This record gives sequence, structure tokens and C-alpha cells, in this order.
Amino acid sequence: MFDTNELVLNMGPQHPSTHGVLRVVLRLDGEKVVDSDVVIGYLHRGIEKLSENRNWTQIILLTDRMDYVAAAINNVGYCETVEKLMSLEVPRRARYVRTILCELQRIASHCLWVGTHAMDIGAMTVFLYAFRERELILDLFEEFCGARLTYNSMRIGGLPLDIPPGWDKKVLEFCKIMDSKIDEYEELLTHNRIWLERTRGIGVISGPHAVALGLSGPPLRGSGVPRDVRKDEPYAAYDEMQFDVPIGLAGDTYDRYLVRMEEFRQSLRIIRQGTEGIPEGPIVGKVPRLIKPPAGETYHAIESPKGELGYFIVSDGKSTNPYRFRVRPPSFCNLQGLRTLIKGHLIADVVALIGSLDVVLGEVDR
Amino acid sequence: MIDQFVIPLLKIVIVLNATLVAVSYMVLLERKVIAWAQSRLGPMRVGPYGILQPVADAVKLMIKEDITPVRADRWVFTAAPIISMVPALIVYAVIPFGPKVSLFGRQVSLSITDVNVGLLYVVSVASVGVYGIILAGYASNSKYPLLASLRASAQLISYEVAVTLTLVSVVLMAGTLSMVSIVDAQYNGRVWFAFVQPVAFVVFFIGALAETNRAPFDMPEAEQELTGGFHTEYSGMRFALFFLAEYANVIVASSVATTLFLGGWLRPFPNVAMLRFLGFIPSWTWFLIKSFVFLYIFIWVRATLPRYRYDQLMRLGWKVLIPLAIANLVVTGIVKVLLS
Repeated sequence: MFDTNELVLNMGPQHPSTHGVLRVVLRLDGEKVVDSDVVIGYLHRGIEKLSENRNWTQIILLTDRMDYVAAAINNVGYCETVEKLMSLEVPRRARYVRTILCELQRIASHCLWVGTHAMDIGAMTVFLYAFRERELILDLFEEFCGARLTYNSMRIGGLPLDIPPGWDKKVLEFCKIMDSKIDEYEELLTHNRIWLERTRGIGVISGPHAVALGLSGPPLRGSGVPRDVRKDEPYAAYDEMQFDVPIGLAGDTYDRYLVRMEEFRQSLRIIRQGTEGIPEGPIVGKVPRLIKPPAGETYHAIESPKGELGYFIVSDGKSTNPYRFRVRPPSFCNLQGLRTLIKGHLIADVVALIGSLDVVLGEVDR
Repeated sequence: MIDQFVIPLLKIVIVLNATLVAVSYMVLLERKVIAWAQSRLGPMRVGPYGILQPVADAVKLMIKEDITPVRADRWVFTAAPIISMVPALIVYAVIPFGPKVSLFGRQVSLSITDVNVGLLYVVSVASVGVYGIILAGYASNSKYPLLASLRASAQLISYEVAVTLTLVSVVLMAGTLSMVSIVDAQYNGRVWFAFVQPVAFVVFFIGALAETNRAPFDMPEAEQELTGGFHTEYSGMRFALFFLAEYANVIVASSVATTLFLGGWLRPFPNVAMLRFLGFIPSWTWFLIKSFVFLYIFIWVRATLPRYRYDQLMRLGWKVLIPLAIANLVVTGIVKVLLS
């Protein structure tokens, strides 16, 4: 039987703070976590295997369902990988719109993150404020492609349709609103004494250790490693944009929080540049009617709000569906760090740390 | 006969019912105020602006299935919500809502009773409520409620020390334990105790937040960590009793704070003759207004602040509030001796 000094507590898969269906089995000494076991797989839908039986265009729709709070970014990542495999040229206008959509999506995803993260630590007002702004972004997406959550908003070689007239003005208007709203969140949290006590020094991870664990995105940058796919291996129109990559110093929950708050601002900066500079031109490149990439394999990564989202695709060059389709989901890799992070902390910190890694279980399990 | 039985009984019936109504509307008030803070509307469906929501909630909770877990300790499981609810209600016995007034030619005091150890009664009865929480966690035979009730008992006991110490300094000022006399002392002293005892007032307020398990100290029922806390296994009316007990305790804390620190039923500046025209407002109205201010702050704090972690909360209690309360008590004593 169990050691009498330790309490084994099963947290999840039905638990209000595990962000979906994550299960964490905790071994507790009082309230202190001695060890833990992270169990995933409750949302597995076999997207990778399913993709092998769909044609190349149909897979875009499946990628929506992975990181469902940042569907457009998944679409972009997939389409660019196929374009890379087929060496397709994407028109500049399409690349600009993709950049704008990606950054809008990043803000929407970060809104959801700041809301739920604050909610886990007990500040429930931020949650509703953040959802209020996320709604504005969903409205913009609805106007662009008709959907609000799973957009199916990209096509191989470009965009399915051009942006509606007046849309760019609405985006700029949104940027103006969002500027003040970010200050509002920060006012409630950044210098709040309780918030500082709850996040400072919690779940510290050093830069080299974070790299060794395979973390990416804000959890990696919070530890001081300036790795951002948008900067290091630019895709879409990021090579034409001016923006900074914020990094943290301490590598604790608070720094990860600050990094994401700054990313809000940088995203707005990119959206402004992109919207003001959308070039005229076609929205789809020269794409053959039947998409059939040449035999070969390729890996392409983009920066999703959670971290480095990579696609690895193998094509046999004969059929109209991929031979092998593999995703490197940032949430899955970041979740690797959870066990290390929560060791020695209290139960209350466990939920704070799950929140600070910002995992989406749809992406972890696929 | 009438003075001894009828009037007290009538008072008990009125206060008990008024309290229960107040508690259920406190829930609505909380939902509304938090909704406004979060740019929402809150309940809007039941009755105009949702004012019948408490009725609907009560009906819903009453017709819900009452589940007792198979492995629970049946008797303790049943007793726990009652132990939690009853003390919260009987504290009202000593809370004065106003001075003696004449009603239908009789002198009636607006408190159920005025015992000479009123404050002691409040403290001791209020601390019985913690047993309800501990027993609920133990009897549920489930891990989350157990953890929550352990937290709750540790928290309540440690904060009670700080709160009681601040009460002692008030007693030093007033020279009495009777709730009515404490208000009278504030009238005679020409100043509310909140101004002469600011430290005690602040410590009392923070301690009250913790003792009533309210945010940012709502550790025992931390929904995000412990999935609802000690009442996870409860459903229907038994859950409602815990829920109502929490709000009844909040109202008790507000009433006690009003009585001890804000002059109870006294109007603002009771000794300034120029403000005598305010006398047309009944004394109990002042009491209700002041209590309402406290209730509003309780809700406001909940809408704004994140939650403390359990160990940080204990540190705050033992390392900050209790030393502060003791220092305040010592200083009060010395000043009192020097002045007399």
C-alpha cells in the first residue's frame, strides 16, 4: 500500500483548473508536492493518423482542432509547410494578411491565458475583462472568414478570400482599444502585492535547464533565452516587421507573466505595421489544381502563442494525401517541464504553474 | 408577561427572518456588484433586474437530490451543516440595532438581549462555527474536503487570535463587554472607535475577511485548487446551509465591526448639535447603512484581489497581524493608564 506519510491526490481530469482534461497525480506531504505524475491522452483524436487519409486541403480543417484557441496560427503553420515542400511562392499581400491574423490570434490566445491564469490564482475579474477583448478579435475573425473559433482560414498558396473592405480600419481601431486594456490588466495584477507573492520565485527554471527540457515560447523566453521563431527563422511577413522579443531574467512564474504581457504590446506593434502596409496584389499564388507535392519530407516551425509549433510532413509524391504527418506541439513539449516545476511547491502553486505554462490539451493530445 | 415573553419572542422571530432574507439578498447583492465590476449584468431573468433570484435559488436547492456519499460518516455528515449555520444565526442575539425606542407606548430596546458579556458571547459563539467545517471535511471521507477543512481550521484559529486581541483593545477603551454600552461609550467619548483605534480597526477588518473565509483569504473553499473545498461532497439544502452560513458570518462581521468601530446606530457626529436635523432618520437605519458599507467592501475586495497562498496567509496572520494587535493593545493600555 501507499506510504503512510504521503497522500496521493488525483487532480483531474475533471478539475476546474487543469485547463481541459489534464490529469496530475500528486504525492503530497501535507500540502507540499513530493512527486507528481502528469497523465495525458484524454483528448486524443488521432489527428496525425487521420491526416494520412485526407487530401492536402482537407487537413487544414483538422489543424484547427489542435490548438483551438489559436486556430489561425495552426492553419498558417500547416500551409507554409506544404508550400515549402512544393516550393510555392506566396504573394506578398497574402503573407501580410497572414501576419496580421497570426498576431491577432496571438493576442486572443494571450487574453485567454491571462484570464485563466489570473482566475487560477483567484483574481476573477481579469478573466472577464480579457474575454471582453477576446470577443472583439473573434468579431474581426468572423468578419474575415465567417467562423469564430475554428476558422479554416488559410489555403495552400495563399488565402481563401480577400479581406473585406474596411476591415483594416476596424483592426486599427481594435489596436487602439487594446492598448488601454492591457494597461488595465497590468493595473490589476503587475504590482499587486498578493500577485507578486503568488508568482515571484514560483517554478524557477534556468535558461539551460529550460532548453534541456525542450521548452519553447514564453516559458523559454521567461528564463532569459531569446529564442523566437519569428525573429530567428522569419516566415510570412515577419522579416519586414519591426518588433522586439521580450525576455525574462529570473525564469519564474512572474517573469513568464511579464514576457506575455509585453508580447501583447509587440503583437499590437506588428499588427499596426502590417495593417498600414498591406500591399495590393493577388491573394493566392500559382497553385496547381491538384495539390500533389513531390516526394520528400520537410519540417517547418512557426511561433505559436504557446511556443514553437512545428510540422513534419512526408510525401510519397504519388498520392494526394501525406504519407506521414507529424506535429511538434508546443503545449506538449512545455508540459514536459511541469513535473520538474511543481516539485517542492504547494498545491496552490500547481495550478499557478499549469496556468503559467499555458497548455491547451487539444494540442497536447491531438 | 408581555415584556418577558411576547416581546423577546417577537424580536427573535423578526431578527431571524430578517437575517435569513438579508443573507439570501446578500448573495444577490454580491452577484450584482461583482457583475458590475466585471462589466456584466448579473442575474436579470428572475423578476425585474433579477430581484427574485434568491427565491429561485432557494427553490432549486430545496428540490435538488440530497446525496450522502456511501463512505461518509452519516451522522457527522448531517450534523456538520447545522453546526455551521446555527452559531452564525444566534450571534444576532446580542447585536444592538438601535437604542431604546418607544413603540405603542412601551419602551423597547432594539436588541434581542443585552448581556453584560456580549462581546465575549459573540467571540465564543462565532468560533463554534469552525467545527462545522472541520467535521464536514472529516465526515465526507474524501481527500479534497479533508485538505480544505485542515486549512480552514488552521486559518480560523490563527486569525481568531488576532481578531480577539483587537477586541480587547476596544474593551479597554469602552470599559465594558456589553454591546450596547460599547456604543454608548462611543457617544460619550464623542468619537467613533475607528478613529482612536485605527490599527485595531484595520487588523479587525483583515482578520474578519479571513475568519469569514472571504477573498483574498478564501483558502478553504479555493475552487481552483480544491474543487470547492470542504463542501465538495454536499448537495441540495445541506450545501445551501454552508453557503448561507458563510454569508450570515459576513453579515455578523459587518454588524460587529459597525457596533465596535463605527458607532453602531449613532448618526455621524452624534454630539454636534448642528446636525440634529438628521434625527428624523431612525437609528437602525444608520446601523444598516454602516453595515452595508462593510458588506460592499467585502464584495469589492473579492472582485479585485487574487488569493493568498495558504502558507503566506498563515505568515501574515502570525507574523504581522498578531504582533500588531498585541502592540496596539499594549500601547492602548499604557495610554489609558497615563491619561487616567
